Amino acid sequence: MLYQQIAQNKRRTIYVMVGFVLLVMVIGMAIGYVFFNSVIMGVVMAIIIGGIYMVMMISQSTSVVMSMNHAQEITDESQAPELWHIVEDMALVAQVPMPRVFIIRDPSPNAFATGNDPEHAAVAATTGILERLNREELEGVMGHEMTHVRNYDIRLQTISLALAAAISVLVNIGMHSFWWGGGRRDRDNEGGGYLQIIMMILSVLVIILGPVAATIAQMALSRNREYLADAGSVELTRNPQGMISALQKISTAQPMKAADASSVALYISDPLKNKHSFSHLFDTHPPMEKRIERLEQM
Amino acid sequence: MLTTIIVIVVIVLIIAIYAGIYNGLVTARTHTQESWSQIDVQLKRRNDLIPNLVSTVKGYTKYEAGTLEKVVALRNQMTQIPAGDHQQMMEVSDQLTSSLKSIFALSENYPDLKASQEYTKLMEELTNTENKIAYSRQLFNSTAANLNIKIQSFPSNIVAKVHHFVQVDYLEVPETEKAAPKVSFDD
Repeated sequence: MLYQQIAQNKRRTIYVMVGFVLLVMVIGMAIGYVFFNSVIMGVVMAIIIGGIYMVMMISQSTSVVMSMNHAQEITDESQAPELWHIVEDMALVAQVPMPRVFIIRDPSPNAFATGNDPEHAAVAATTGILERLNREELEGVMGHEMTHVRNYDIRLQTISLALAAAISVLVNIGMHSFWWGGGRRDRDNEGGGYLQIIMMILSVLVIILGPVAATIAQMALSRNREYLADAGSVELTRNPQGMISALQKISTAQPMKAADASSVALYISDPLKNKHSFSHLFDTHPPMEKRIERLEQM
Repeated sequence: MLTTIIVIVVIVLIIAIYAGIYNGLVTARTHTQESWSQIDVQLKRRNDLIPNLVSTVKGYTKYEAGTLEKVVALRNQMTQIPAGDHQQMMEVSDQLTSSLKSIFALSENYPDLKASQEYTKLMEELTNTENKIAYSRQLFNSTAANLNIKIQSFPSNIVAKVHHFVQVDYLEVPETEKAAPKVSFDD
């Protein structure tokens, strides 16, 4: 079942990539049309910006994500023996290489994993989680992160993070050129006809809804993975109770001070503790009660 | 002419499949050996840590010589076991685990010992080793299951029989550990 899961994830990564690339192109076209009066220029811009972000994230994802979240790498087990040893244990049973280990100075308990593949993975934990959780609970959390690594969730997240960032940069460029007068002038287009008006409205809609669509896709991908990683963690530690009490402790704590907004989906639990929208459409994580409920059934 | 080609293709196919199965079996067997050596490394490491523990604890506690002697005796017994005897090694290892637990329980009565930095460090090291033994044992069992399935199922069982692949025994998890899957000396 697990191998199917990994294969499915690798396949889904391709779908997500294709979908995202198309979305970036369409948004580029719309921006080009509305703000620069040239669809081609928009597409070229989208390809360049999207390309830069992809290359940057795939080659540098760990350093970029870690510095966005103010994480510091530990390179020796004596700096945090318990965390280091637990990560070693989990890498051993998950049969993946030992990832790089980072610590975030924040009293809120949380953790995440990132990277491009199991050979280039990294895990991060806050000082809060190290203080509050006992060894078994921490094993549950690190087992969860190691499952993300083994299932290639980290690659999927990295790529969607890069493309979501590219989309927001594109929209920003469009907006700026609009405000600073570089944008479309109406004088030579007077009486352009209905088609032009419809195109205009459609383009504006794409520009407004594009980033939203990207976010929703990212969130939906993330929610599903959390359940899988919880289950995977129990498979590694054989200790559902550790994971349950870890989640309980994490859910009752205060939000993080300086979590990067675009990496929210990476964390084991929503670090900003956003008020849940009643549609759950924008939630990066399933409700904690449901996660605990599923663990209790195991 | 056509029949010769068909015969050759079939023979080549059969050889390719046979080789594939054989290589799969070799890989699975290597994995079990690797995961056993993981356990072995941790057992040796624990044996190296025990003299340190004994000398540290001795400095603080006068009347617990019996418990310490038992640990030392088990450790020495462990080094005598022939390398191939997995079951006996795990049996002694489990006894050693439980007598180490009693040493850690004992430290509760000696605040000075608990406060000493050396002891805290040793405790983390030993906890780590104990957990690694438990996890590598789990890994060994899953690699053993992988090999055993191949040896029993068709058509790899034929190849296994020809080349004398034997099933690997699982490492039994002791009753006490089933209740609490891992050793946790903290809290």
